[in-house]
Amino acid sequence: MPSQYDLVVIGSGPGGYVCAVRAAQLGLKTAVVERWPTFGGTCLNIGCIPSKALLHASEMFMEAGEHFADLGIGIGKPKLDLPAMLAHKDKVVEANVSGVAFLFRKNKVDTWRGTGSIAAPGKVIVTAEDGKTETLEARNVVIATGSEVTPLPNVTVDEKRIVSSEGALKLPSVPKSLLIVGAGVIGLELGSVWRRLGAEVTVVEFLDRILPGVDGEVARQAQRFFQKQGLAFRLSSKVTGVDSSGAMLRVSVEPVQGGAGEVLEAETVLVAIGRRPFTAGLGLDKAGVALDERGRVKTDAHYRTNVDGIFAVGDVIAGPMLAHKAEDEGVAVAEIVAGQAGHVNYDVIPNVIYTRPEIASVGKHEEELKAAGVEYKVGKFPFSANGRGRAMLATDGFVKVLADKASDRVLGVHIVGPYAGELIQEASVLMEFSGSAEDLGRVCHAHPTLSEAVKEAALAAWWKPVNL
Amino acid sequence: MPTEIRVPTLGESIAEATVGQWFKKVGDTVKADEPLVELETEKVTVEVPAPAAGVIEAIAVRDGETVGVGALLGTIATNGAGARPTREAPAREAPARAAPVRPADLEEEAAAARATPAPAGRPNQKTGTTRPIGAGPEQPALREALSPAVRKLLAENELEPSSIPATGKGGRLTKGDVLAALEVGGAAPRQAEAPPRSEAPAPAAVRPPAPPSDEAREERVRMTRLRQTIARRLKDAQNTAAMLTTFNEVDMSAVMKLRARYKDVFEKKHGVKLGFMGFFVRSTIQALKDIPAVNAEIDGQDIVYKNYYHIGVAVGTDRGLVVPVVRDADMLSLAEIEKRIGELGRKARDGQLSIEDMQGGTFTISNGGVYGSLMSTPILNAPQSGILGMHKIEDRPVAVDGRVEIRPMMYLALTYDHRVVDGKEAVTFLVRIKETVEDPERLMLDL
Repeated sequence: MPSQYDLVVIGSGPGGYVCAVRAAQLGLKTAVVERWPTFGGTCLNIGCIPSKALLHASEMFMEAGEHFADLGIGIGKPKLDLPAMLAHKDKVVEANVSGVAFLFRKNKVDTWRGTGSIAAPGKVIVTAEDGKTETLEARNVVIATGSEVTPLPNVTVDEKRIVSSEGALKLPSVPKSLLIVGAGVIGLELGSVWRRLGAEVTVVEFLDRILPGVDGEVARQAQRFFQKQGLAFRLSSKVTGVDSSGAMLRVSVEPVQGGAGEVLEAETVLVAIGRRPFTAGLGLDKAGVALDERGRVKTDAHYRTNVDGIFAVGDVIAGPMLAHKAEDEGVAVAEIVAGQAGHVNYDVIPNVIYTRPEIASVGKHEEELKAAGVEYKVGKFPFSANGRGRAMLATDGFVKVLADKASDRVLGVHIVGPYAGELIQEASVLMEFSGSAEDLGRVCHAHPTLSEAVKEAALAAWWKPVNL
Repeated sequence: MPTEIRVPTLGESIAEATVGQWFKKVGDTVKADEPLVELETEKVTVEVPAPAAGVIEAIAVRDGETVGVGALLGTIATNGAGARPTREAPAREAPARAAPVRPADLEEEAAAARATPAPAGRPNQKTGTTRPIGAGPEQPALREALSPAVRKLLAENELEPSSIPATGKGGRLTKGDVLAALEVGGAAPRQAEAPPRSEAPAPAAVRPPAPPSDEAREERVRMTRLRQTIARRLKDAQNTAAMLTTFNEVDMSAVMKLRARYKDVFEKKHGVKLGFMGFFVRSTIQALKDIPAVNAEIDGQDIVYKNYYHIGVAVGTDRGLVVPVVRDADMLSLAEIEKRIGELGRKARDGQLSIEDMQGGTFTISNGGVYGSLMSTPILNAPQSGILGMHKIEDRPVAVDGRVEIRPMMYLALTYDHRVVDGKEAVTFLVRIKETVEDPERLMLDL
């Protein structure tokens, strides 16, 4: 007899597992289907979590080598034990994925291992590795199958010499040279890791700027910092092919506008041009679930697909491909299925890039405001003028607050600097409540903290900072 | 073994609820956590979930019954497998429904809304509209959640927040809202004389410091609560009613002759002295019956005419003036009135008056004559519409039938609320009292 559920979630990444846990907390009988050996999807296994573990470890390595002497700590040049560093990463991943398993047990969410496919509305078939199938009956189904790496035409990823982010997180040794295709978040984060560990890193980017979608001034400043750290950039360039016949990889690079190309040699190539929605094995055409022109599952404002009782969240649908966006959507769907009004505010979704200095932003950036014809004021404050920053030897970067000229409402906050990803949160809270720059500036901020830079930037946007 | 269905904890300080509606009947199969019955309290409506899966075996209470926390509602015959332990009820409350939601209920409502278990799979039929969980409940009280910039602008421009349209989350005012209102010029200035909402008296003008030579000779004593209360009520009365006073005089000789003739017999029979107050109270009631407006009260846009007569009699104590009330004075004989006044006066001077003794008055009589006052303008005892001032009885030469005679005269004052009582009514009222006091036989004849 098939198992009966109120909700079956296909995929246990941030979108899926959060949806399932919330649904169970709301009293729905819930099951999750996962085809990988561990829960957590891309984020926990080969994305957010492992990369943050390596970013932290490699940053510590760099700090030890470059700044400890300034602090009076004499250890000489630190030695890298890559296997140990990778073991740390693996331990962190293990802790997180078993944490998700624990949450499922705690909330009595049934788990089914195998590929989930929608045979018909309300019917999910789970096919295990050995071919055995299970049929689950579900009043509602949530597609949370996430995304996969976008392949580069003419380039085959083997995860050994030509890697995607997955392979880049477990290179057996530090490559002497690493060429990264794509100057987006993933390329720059992973590029930073291996650069710190000793690799020569070159980043080839199609556009004329790095970090598309990030505030222009922030991206330019960030590029300067990365270049100071030793990353080389080839902008407005495209990779047309990689010759892997020889000992070294030979990468053909051409200017986007046309003209003479060149060949760059590298020991390892990382393809990081983006990610695309993953729907293979779901049987969507049979189930009649429509996709959009970019292969994403089409959903309405309530995450419903065109088929009654089938929802979708996360990287597999439109919107920023961010784990926290998927999580909030997962919560919203759980609430909607439980009869409440689930909702996500897309205007206040923060974005964090874990390079050093860290980069974080929420709301609109200057180019967007200009394009929309919105009159705005700018307030900036550098970390070099922040007491805590100086004490920590972390003075690179600045905070930029954008506020509406007439109402002073904060429209966007952009931070380049230490712990930007943590500092951005107070901006999110303020913006959720339609706060003004003056409001942010008038909230008492502890001293000495890095967050005072946020306060001062807000004061600058509203009127005048005190400490500049 | 059957599982009991009990009334869960309903919320702080809520001890009982009314059974609203049973969703299931005896014999129905239910799943664990499925809502079984609705309980209504004064603050929220709560759904009680099934503590286990099984069949409803018995229902112990009917719709409309009142039940206390922990009371037995019914039992479920569990089918063994799948019975889950009863969870903490407060976490399982259904979305709180409308009903008068007061600002104090905000927290509870928000918490209840966040923790809802609704029936699986189908939209919650109980709540017609669903509230956006992210946005939080829309409450008028959130208007008072003012951000720092907003507070500054309101204070500097002396604006009334409730007069500004709010566009912020949950009905909050944003800085932009206030700025927009200032531009348009539509924001209402804060009323300087707005009636104080709290018990604290409105801040008085600051007294300029006295020169040192005088200050040394000052003694500063904090006002007692009683005095502060009296002060506040006096000002309230003045600020609210359209107060003015009309006068007349009464020849007390008839009453005094009556008194002289019967006071011993009266005291012997009734055990209380025959004074003047009894006559005045009876006279007053007669006049109130003739001129009902003086016994009435303004409530918003209505005038409430009262068909009962609770007469307050002002008593001076060393702590201040208090006005105990002789309830249903129209039902009392003269002796009973005198007795009651005596009792209340004693209680007042001993500080033994209760709240009930002082509530509910419809009209007040104040006798300043005992202190020697000849004529005065009493202040209304809010929310009443009239107050009679009695004064010193003094022998005066008056004209009687063309001749000058010495008569014991008393000035009478009626301060009245002109919003309710016409001039003609006020004057007539006093004339009535004069007539019946000067000619007590009229009281007997209802004239």
